[in-house]
Amino acid sequence: MMRETQHHRNMRPMAVDLSPAPGEKRILLEHLGVQGIRRISVYESKGGYNALKKILEKKLSPDQVIEAVKGSGIRGRGGAGFPTGLKWNFVPKDQSKPHYLLCNADESEPGTFKDRVILEHLPHMMIEGMIIGAYAVQAKKSYVYIRGEYTYATKIVEEAIKEAYRAGYLGKNILGSGFDHDMFVHRGAGAYICGEETGLISSLEGKKGWPKLKPPFPAVEGYLKCPTVVNNVETLAAVPWIINNGDKAYSGIGTEKSTGTKLWSVSGDVVRQGVFEVECGASFQTLLEDCCRGMKDGRKLKAVIPGGSSAPILTAAEAMDMTLDYESIASKGSMLGSGGMIILDETRDLVQVLKNLSEFYHDESCGQCTPCREGTGWLMKILHSFTEKQARPIDLELLKTTSNNMIGRTICVLADSIAMPVLSYIEKFPEEFDRYLSESSGQSSLSEKLQAKELL
Amino acid sequence: MANSAVPEQKPDRETPKFSNEAKKKFDELLTRYDSKRSALLPVLHLAQDEFGSLSDSVVEYVAELMDLSPAQVTEVVSFYHMYHRHPVGQHHLQFCMTLSCWMAGSHQLYKNTCSRLGIKPGEVTPDGKFSVAKVECLGSCGSAPIVQVNEAYYENLNPEKLNRLINSCKEGEPQTP
Ligand SMILES: Cc1cc2nc3c(=O)[nH]c(=O)nc-3n(C[C@H](O)[C@H](O)[C@H](O)COP(=O)(O)O)c2cc1C
Ligand code: SF4
Ligand code: FES
Repeated sequence: MMRETQHHRNMRPMAVDLSPAPGEKRILLEHLGVQGIRRISVYESKGGYNALKKILEKKLSPDQVIEAVKGSGIRGRGGAGFPTGLKWNFVPKDQSKPHYLLCNADESEPGTFKDRVILEHLPHMMIEGMIIGAYAVQAKKSYVYIRGEYTYATKIVEEAIKEAYRAGYLGKNILGSGFDHDMFVHRGAGAYICGEETGLISSLEGKKGWPKLKPPFPAVEGYLKCPTVVNNVETLAAVPWIINNGDKAYSGIGTEKSTGTKLWSVSGDVVRQGVFEVECGASFQTLLEDCCRGMKDGRKLKAVIPGGSSAPILTAAEAMDMTLDYESIASKGSMLGSGGMIILDETRDLVQVLKNLSEFYHDESCGQCTPCREGTGWLMKILHSFTEKQARPIDLELLKTTSNNMIGRTICVLADSIAMPVLSYIEKFPEEFDRYLSESSGQSSLSEKLQAKELL
Repeated sequence: MANSAVPEQKPDRETPKFSNEAKKKFDELLTRYDSKRSALLPVLHLAQDEFGSLSDSVVEYVAELMDLSPAQVTEVVSFYHMYHRHPVGQHHLQFCMTLSCWMAGSHQLYKNTCSRLGIKPGEVTPDGKFSVAKVECLGSCGSAPIVQVNEAYYENLNPEKLNRLINSCKEGEPQTP
């Protein structure tokens, strides 16, 4: 469903090298290189839909499916890392209201482009995972919420859903099991905040994508006030593998608390950018040196944003010392997040980098909460005063105070998603800010205005 | 009998109306959801595709179709970046300005393009062919810098490639450079 302009025939998959790289462990992406794998017949020839058949033909109960997903230890791949089996278990077991499953394909966190690979090349893996998830929580309808800009991915997923209907994996009485399920694509219209699960639900309801206070959690009261599971594309795409190979096989990969593999989107100053599937717990060097073939132009690593732009920044030393799992990255003061890693070399000006990100969060704040709406604006303006060489020493304090006044005081964590990075850049790279201060005229009218408002 | 003397209202040429095909699509969209309002985003996409932009009269038409007030629809339209209140050019060039693209030089591409075409965001070239916009991360950071033109992404750009793309648009056959 899209108007076709002269650009239609130029729609194509993402232009990055997707051939396997050394250091990868491909489970989800095992068949990525197979010609035509986005078609159902090819997917089936590689064992596709066997997991769904296994469940429905062996008459596994929804609870048995939830137990398997719990046992695998898989955690949500959309950013928050919440255990998937646990989330599914929160959905009430009764059917007094309809249940829904929503696949979050809004992928808008700067630095993240891994769901796109699944959507464009392996749509049936995600669809199979969604049908299994829907069976587990007894949802009759599911929606793939795809960001509006992903037009090619939307086309591929719509075609794949049609194929799945024709093959009898969707619709009434799926594979004779008595389970009915319908699946639809829902296109977003350009708003980062619709990736936040309650914002996504508001948007699906035909409203502005305003997040809501939790609790109630969507699993209890979500879309149209009915129990709703929201899961990321990558999370759902892992479900068929878990069912086919067993929860123990999955939890045997990775570390104790970070099981399985993770898709990393790597961009920035490396030789080979792209999407790489790496076992959780692998070293950062595996990703940087083996998958990405090291730093571009032989330059030195300065800093790493490990998990999308919302993740606090790490110094080169911290990154070199981390492993690619939730615990290790958290122990360095950052987070695995969406796995959108941005690599910054020695030539990068981190105040400029931070200013760029502050513009993003300011533009994307939905404006409901004062600390976020105003705070993102102040952060952006203060950072501008640095790059315009008009900052005064007190502006560094102002950045910190503003950030501290944003954290934990808002409906969703978008405010924290820029406040925490700001604090981390100042703490870990103070010299970058000092350099601007020493070159500044020190005539910030901004901090005077703020002082006058007694915000300090 | 005064009523019969009232001249028949002339059909207002400004009033938009879906083509039969679009109306069919509209009816199908409604069947996907358990609440009518949930179809609003896809219906707005459909209306924008059909009428080129979401002007006041289109908003009123959609509001009527969806049993909403024009204010409710306007609020939604203005929240999402992809909806346009005014027509855009035949080739709407959207430059990603977020970190990875910025690191790869997107600001320069954007500036060059604005000066080459003589327009800024919100404007359309006099021939109606081009408009420009700054947008946020398009989920293509590994093939930065990127420009989205209508429904297609153009990746791994540099000034020469972008010039070739714009030239091919001018000739009416956009080519991936
Ligand atoms: C501002 C914001 C943006 C988000 N964007 C996305 C997104 O684009 N895709 C996504 O899967 N999750 C996103 N999330 C996380 C979702 O709220 C939610 O945790 C996730 O979809 C749950 O799925 P998972 O448990 O499978 O990860 C975002 C969260 C926040 C606060
Ligand atoms: S924190 Fe920001 S984005 Fe989140 S709900 Fe509040 S204003 Fe909106
Ligand atoms: S930063 Fe431009 S596509 Fe992500």
